[in-house]
Amino acid sequence: MNQTIQLADGNGGEENNKLINAIFFEAYGNDILRKNEDAAVIEEGTLAFTTDSFTISPIFFSGGDIGKISICGTCNDLAMMGAKPTYLTCAVMIEEGFAMDDLKRITASIKTELAKNGAQIVSGDTKIVPKGSVDKIFINTSGVGKIAHKGISSNNISENDVIIVSGDIGRHGAAIFANREGIDISTTLQSDCASLWPVVEKLLSGGITPTAMRDATRGGVAAVLNEWSKQSKICIEIDEVTVPICDEVKGICELLGFEAYNLANEGTFVLAVKKDQAEQALHILRAHELGQNATIIGEVTQRYTERVVLRSEYGTSRFLDLPTGELLPRIC
Amino acid sequence: MNDKLTDKDLFEGFRDPKVVGYLKEEIDKEAAKLDKPLRLMEVCGGHTHTIMKYGLNQIMPKNITFIHGPGCPVCVMPKERIDHAYILSMQPDVILVTLGDMIKVPGSNGSLQDARSKGADVRFVYSPMDTLGIAADNPKKKIIFFAIGFETTTPMTAALIKQVENLKIKNIFFHINHITVPEPMRALLADPACQIDGFIGPSHVSVITGSKIYEPFPAEYGKPVVVAGFEPVDVMQSVLMLVKQVNEGRCAVETEYTRSVTREGNTTAQNMIDHYLRKRSHFRWRGIGDIPESALELRPEFEHLDAEKIYADILPTESIDDHKLCICGDILKGLAKPNDCKVFGTACKPSSPLGSCMVSSEGACSAYYKYGNLL
Repeated sequence: MNQTIQLADGNGGEENNKLINAIFFEAYGNDILRKNEDAAVIEEGTLAFTTDSFTISPIFFSGGDIGKISICGTCNDLAMMGAKPTYLTCAVMIEEGFAMDDLKRITASIKTELAKNGAQIVSGDTKIVPKGSVDKIFINTSGVGKIAHKGISSNNISENDVIIVSGDIGRHGAAIFANREGIDISTTLQSDCASLWPVVEKLLSGGITPTAMRDATRGGVAAVLNEWSKQSKICIEIDEVTVPICDEVKGICELLGFEAYNLANEGTFVLAVKKDQAEQALHILRAHELGQNATIIGEVTQRYTERVVLRSEYGTSRFLDLPTGELLPRIC
Repeated sequence: MNDKLTDKDLFEGFRDPKVVGYLKEEIDKEAAKLDKPLRLMEVCGGHTHTIMKYGLNQIMPKNITFIHGPGCPVCVMPKERIDHAYILSMQPDVILVTLGDMIKVPGSNGSLQDARSKGADVRFVYSPMDTLGIAADNPKKKIIFFAIGFETTTPMTAALIKQVENLKIKNIFFHINHITVPEPMRALLADPACQIDGFIGPSHVSVITGSKIYEPFPAEYGKPVVVAGFEPVDVMQSVLMLVKQVNEGRCAVETEYTRSVTREGNTTAQNMIDHYLRKRSHFRWRGIGDIPESALELRPEFEHLDAEKIYADILPTESIDDHKLCICGDILKGLAKPNDCKVFGTACKPSSPLGSCMVSSEGACSAYYKYGNLL
């Protein structure tokens, strides 16, 4: 490992995993933490518990803002464990000089998003730091949720499952890049930032018993599939042509040399569902506004265990790896 | 497809599986007529990327193989010049500006991302012109543009030099590492062990230079060249054109990438480059060695902008060799494949590269590592 922390250590991919294993798990790992799920399952499987910090730039982007995403992020991690978000904490670190109107916009977004989840913030903390100590505003939220369906785990996926994505991929990552300073891309593309509990609730009440679910945030769909393949010791084979990607995301990927699989999502999730429930799951997802583009994208095999294989329309195949390094455009 | 052509058709049309399938059939037919195997070098890293990403090597007939060339500007940069970037970035009054691919490349002391985590001010720009804004925002700092790339990116550097000169900007300097395509092709062919039967010529480089720069290769070396676009259909079509040349007993420069490449190229860009830059007497290529006149430097009349001259006393000139187990040189000559290397994927990985071909995503080893070899 390097002597100093680098940006790539927080990329949601290979370097990030190394850091977590070598430093954090090494120091205070335990059976619950090492399960590496979106949220910890505690109290004999009745509660899910998670935390997330938000340091997004720009803080206001098309399709959301740092307030909305800090509720969606934590609530979605709970929802992915089949838990209904109930109580949250919210800690804010604000840079001296931050505009009060911006803070009001952020808290209004928080309120709206809490309502969608039926959750409330029951404890909070405020720190104001000198100019330059944080970049505008950092938010941490933690949350607990009541588990509505037990046994969801990314360690139990088998050849009986198929892989589904709930919608087209890469919109959050692409929208943030397009909004960033230095890249003047004019686009109508919006982040997919959304609370997922309402659609997960529909799935569970519709009788779907998902093997695993994960929101494909940092590291994108590539990270989710790679982590699943390792945790469940399986090979996941994806048919590239079936993966939904909207034209705007395709265009931004073309311009900047990215792959949509590596781009973050904030309202799109991946499911492993038993084959005999797949059609019903698609039916429920597509009836919901967040799942209109839901599609089966692949299957589980033992061809190359702990790897993800992309099958092209040309009859060729290749590995899809964990993203590495910082996401940067290629030069030529 | 709608009647109206959209931007999307520009890439989706060139990835159409039906067209790729048809071209594969045609290549198979032509390949059956070959009396000996055909080894084609894709010079440019962008083509290596396309071949590996779409698995085009998996659908080639057995007697046609790809040799992955030296056309990745980051990969072939010798370690001592990577050290220059690191050392310059660590100067207290300097902001080092460069293109994103440079970030991970390790020198003797570390990479630019290491330098940045130790406090260096390193900026990665999408366009060299962004350097003008950085200079205006930081009037007390010296801004050094670490210029890399083949003929594709050279005009952008020349345009920046032009702005700096015209606007009389006093705090932008240049460390020029621009390299050129034909000279390493000649260097590879000069090796008697070289296995190359024909070339797939670079796309974007040729938009600037024109296809005329490849004319010596059929004429002097008897090697056909087809200038190809970067999409899968382009690569397949170019392979077909090369096999046809061989079967028909022809040997010429042809252009498949006709939507962008002419014989003469972009003469405005060529003239601008020529005004500010000239050939260096020699440049050391990582994995290949010293090649005469294979890179550019600022002309003497612009040496007041030349960071290599200004900082000469702190920039080392001694050459640093790659790890002795590294076989990048053989890979570039077509004598070995990345997975023939003993350290491939073990000691040498994209996160800790030992040799040039693992350094950037466009290097052959990096592409093999990333996409796997699922043959």
